[in-house]
Amino acid sequence: MIPAAFEYSRATSVKQAVAQLGAAGPEGKVIAGGQSLLPLMRLRLSQPTYLVDVNGVRELDYIHPDGQFLRVGAMSRHVTLARSEVVRAQLPLLAEMASQVGDAQVRTRGTLGGVFAHADAAGDYPTLAVMLDATVVTDRRRIPAREFFQHLFTTALESDELVCEVVFPIARGPHRYLKFRRRLYDWAIVGAAVQQLDSGWRVGLTHMGPTPVRATGVEERLSAGAAPPEACAAAADGLEPPSDVRASAAYRRHLAQVLTRRALEQAA
Amino acid sequence: MAETLRVTVNGEGRSDQVEPRVLLVHYLREVCGLTGTHVGCDTSQCGACTVLLDGAPVKSCNMLALQAEGAEITTIEGLAPPGGLHPLQTAFWQEHGLQCGYCTPGFIMAAAALLAENHDPSDEEIGRGLEGNLCRCTGYVNIRRAVKAAARAMREGESAPVGG
Ligand SMILES: Cc1cc2nc3c(=O)[nH]c(=O)nc-3n(C[C@H](O)[C@H](O)[C@H](O)COP(=O)(O)OP(=O)(O)OC[C@H]3O[C@@H](n4cnc5c(N)ncnc54)[C@H](O)[C@@H]3O)c2cc1C
Ligand code: FES
Ligand code: FES
Repeated sequence: MIPAAFEYSRATSVKQAVAQLGAAGPEGKVIAGGQSLLPLMRLRLSQPTYLVDVNGVRELDYIHPDGQFLRVGAMSRHVTLARSEVVRAQLPLLAEMASQVGDAQVRTRGTLGGVFAHADAAGDYPTLAVMLDATVVTDRRRIPAREFFQHLFTTALESDELVCEVVFPIARGPHRYLKFRRRLYDWAIVGAAVQQLDSGWRVGLTHMGPTPVRATGVEERLSAGAAPPEACAAAADGLEPPSDVRASAAYRRHLAQVLTRRALEQAA
Repeated sequence: MAETLRVTVNGEGRSDQVEPRVLLVHYLREVCGLTGTHVGCDTSQCGACTVLLDGAPVKSCNMLALQAEGAEITTIEGLAPPGGLHPLQTAFWQEHGLQCGYCTPGFIMAAAALLAENHDPSDEEIGRGLEGNLCRCTGYVNIRRAVKAAARAMREGESAPVGG
């Protein structure tokens, strides 16, 4: 289907994009990679009256190590993150996730900032951001990732606010992301991410609720010396995962435990 | 309101008036008359519409035509010189990499992107490289065989003497 009609303009700087969004009003939207927005517009589930195209905003396309942090510009494409030598050296778990987002065509266009703003419960990077306490930087403020994701498709962003950057801590230790899906290109039915830091393991889960979660129960058991099978029994504690055509809530709970255990066992 | 789109399609520079809501696939099919690029779904999942945008694979149903401003697009019609066949086209034919053929242009364009980076992909790498394309007929076995045959032909072609 063809999207409903809208007006369109291109921005070449953050300042210009924010001004255009402000002028567009509450029904205006950013279009970045378009890999989540256009499918919704084609089904007319989304009908913005104005699109501000940020693909020409070069100042948001960068990957910078900065002390203990890796600063990733919102316009970084999935394919770039998957292949970047800097990401592979400083935060290899991000590169591992990027290489598993959608399919090759989606990775050519889709952006990091788009994943955060879209806030699908099955988005992969948000899990990493929440478990590592990353910070989302917008044109006007800094928002801790765990406060940024509020509900399904709902973030702390104002309607004219632009995601500019995500600041992740650098983490080079053993890590793994396991994503359970029926077809290669698909979103995670459940995903489990593990990363070892100097302070111990961090564990995150994808699609176990409306927002990504940090499995603190597993982390605590691991730091108390539990072996992975015992620690992972706590993976779904306190969570209420969705039931849908792909999996029941009970099956998702089971997957969370199994995937977390395997991720810990395979972490390298 | 229609805007001017300047884009190169299969080597030919064009300038057309295009409404913002026109998807790249509709521009290619209806304005350029290049109907080799197919539409197989409404959900951006099937890959039948795959074309190359500055050499990288994209789903042309998942881009606005205006977002291709200044880019070079290659469609299935532009893969080989007029009248000729690209090694992938020959291989899909010889290895019977298709049945109804609806998915084929998308598979060939995605495979072209894969082979540009990996001259000798394994079965696993072909599966991953073509994960964004669905085929309802073949069961994929002959598609994989065709991509391998094309990769071989292209490697041998490279080392063959000029004019040989
Ligand atoms: C077949 C398929 C499979 C997929 N599989 C996965 C998957 O496994 N995992 C996964 O995480 N994703 C998946 N995706 C989604 C993909 O990662 C998208 O690229 C991503 O969700 C959105 O990024 P985008 O740049 O394409 O954003 P767009 O589609 O352009 O925008 C999405 C939303 O974010 C807003 N937005 C975009 N950028 C900004 C910004 N900088 N500031 C403020 N708002 C902004 C837009 O207004 C819109 O509301 C899949 C998509 C497809 C089509
Ligand atoms: S037509 Fe199905 S992905 Fe584009
Ligand atoms: S040959 Fe019929 S869909 Fe692939």
